[in-house]
Amino acid sequence: MEFGPHLMLAMLEGLVQASVLTLTALGLSLVFGVMRVVNVAHGEFYMLGAVLAWWITSLLGGSALIEFTAALILAPLLVGLLAGLADWLILRRVDYDPERTIVATIGLLYIIQQVTLMTYGPDARPVAPPFNTRLALPWFEFGENGFALYWPWGLSTTSYKLFVILAAILTLIGVWLLMAKTKIGLILRATQLDSETAQAFGIPVERIYALVFGMGAALAALGAVLVVPIQQAHYLMGADPLLLSFIVVIIGGLGSLRGTVVAAILIGMSDGIISVFFTPTLAKMLATLLVAMVLVYRPQGLFGAKPA
Amino acid sequence: MRKSLTLHLGLIALLFALQFIAPAYHHGNLARIMVMASFAMGYNIMFGYTGLLSLGHAMFFAVGMYGMGLSATQLGLSIGPAFGVGILSALICSLIVGLLALRTIGVAFMIVTLMFSQTIFLTILYFGGITRGDEGFVIKQSTRQIFGLDLSDATTRYFAALLLFSLVLLGILWLVKSPTGRVLIAIRENEERAKMLGYDVWRHKLAAVVMSGTVSGAAGAAYGVLFGYVGASFSQVPYSIFPLLWVLLGGAGTVIGPFVGTLFMFYLIDLSSTVTDAYMLVVGVILVLLTMFARNGLMGIVRERWAKWLP
Repeated sequence: MEFGPHLMLAMLEGLVQASVLTLTALGLSLVFGVMRVVNVAHGEFYMLGAVLAWWITSLLGGSALIEFTAALILAPLLVGLLAGLADWLILRRVDYDPERTIVATIGLLYIIQQVTLMTYGPDARPVAPPFNTRLALPWFEFGENGFALYWPWGLSTTSYKLFVILAAILTLIGVWLLMAKTKIGLILRATQLDSETAQAFGIPVERIYALVFGMGAALAALGAVLVVPIQQAHYLMGADPLLLSFIVVIIGGLGSLRGTVVAAILIGMSDGIISVFFTPTLAKMLATLLVAMVLVYRPQGLFGAKPA
Repeated sequence: MRKSLTLHLGLIALLFALQFIAPAYHHGNLARIMVMASFAMGYNIMFGYTGLLSLGHAMFFAVGMYGMGLSATQLGLSIGPAFGVGILSALICSLIVGLLALRTIGVAFMIVTLMFSQTIFLTILYFGGITRGDEGFVIKQSTRQIFGLDLSDATTRYFAALLLFSLVLLGILWLVKSPTGRVLIAIRENEERAKMLGYDVWRHKLAAVVMSGTVSGAAGAAYGVLFGYVGASFSQVPYSIFPLLWVLLGGAGTVIGPFVGTLFMFYLIDLSSTVTDAYMLVVGVILVLLTMFARNGLMGIVRERWAKWLP
């Protein structure tokens, strides 16, 4: 393939990656923003979403569309409930102390991962996409006859991949509306600004924390359900999204939702594009080092405001 | 002072005696535990005594190990100098990491150390031509000789591990009793106050990172020498979590705790692996239980209840 169409293909793949990453990172960012704790088990909630999607689709009979819709609704809900429960049983008891929460969520990471290994097993399993029409894409050239469109071989995407992008955008709008326009959003923002004052005004902060922790995990699970027809569900699949989400949340500025979205698109796209043209190990190596340096020299992130 | 000296010298004497009576299987385990406990004690300097939680100590362990392994296999150094190169590499690595990472605090510090460690892991994979990547490489028995002693022999290996363990144990005991150690504890307890009293907090923290990283690197180099294998898995996330777990379980900020934690965890995993392959589940459950119910670990509880003098 020529360079132009190849780049276009890489960008499309990157955009799909970026969509899923945005949802996952948004969950992590939400939890950090409101609760001021880092959830190291975030990647495992992602993995759990994918595994549950496989479970639900294989248990339910019926058309791929019904199965997948059920998974899309049920998997994030179940993961969210589980995370809320974990918050209530564990994190609440350690008083949301940042260091102890990290240690506890590391423990949670291994518990979820290993229980999945014991029940679901070490295999990678696919989920059938609900629809998967191949869409050939045109490319242009300036030939002897002037401007012309043609369909290069291999430059195509699927309707499902476009759906992933659309679903991510809709979810983003949904989260934004929730945070900006509803009462619950107002309560969340109040808790984020000053949890003690919020408590003094009668906001049940502990219950809000459990809700936020559950929402964060549900967003990761939603991203995973969307990605599972493209990749496969595997018990170790949580590691990469966790690392990438960390990177995104740091670059975007810890706790800034807008920064998270911008950074997720930037990083998802460049990760997609770089791994098409360079070796993935080198790309990951440079990205990780770069992010560590951002944290060291600009701890507020690239988009976050300077702390007063 | 006498009590604590008796306790720690007693532990060393006990381990010395076990060499002659322990059954072969446990004999081999103990050698491994002593090396890993040295790693945990190195970690404890930062986490237990200075209050700096690192999530990337696997990098120091691995840098020590690869510094030793690569200089022995690629440069053809004999094992003594190669071990020195391993320690030196860990020292330089911890100095650089300390200079950069200590610009951050709290959660950011943890993530930065995690990221640096991940970078080291990816670097090892990237230079797979030399490091053999995931597969790792074996250090031949013929190179594992020092002063006419064969370090792959079980008895020699045990004594070499005991030597490293004793040096680190007594070194840390001395450190925490010294004025420098006192300042580190003061920083852990109240950084602002230590600063106000006129101590150079930043320099002490850097010293803690370098000491911690160097000891961990020495443990990594020793592991490579004694067990003859160098591999990328030692630079991965679990090997950053293990020392944290061992120290938390045994008791952070106690000299003997890391050993107790390593011993306990080693046999707990050993037992559970007869039941299930998913032995990391035990690690997860213990981590959660520790944070919820026993913040101070086993030796921390002993110190609270019975032995206030425990260093």
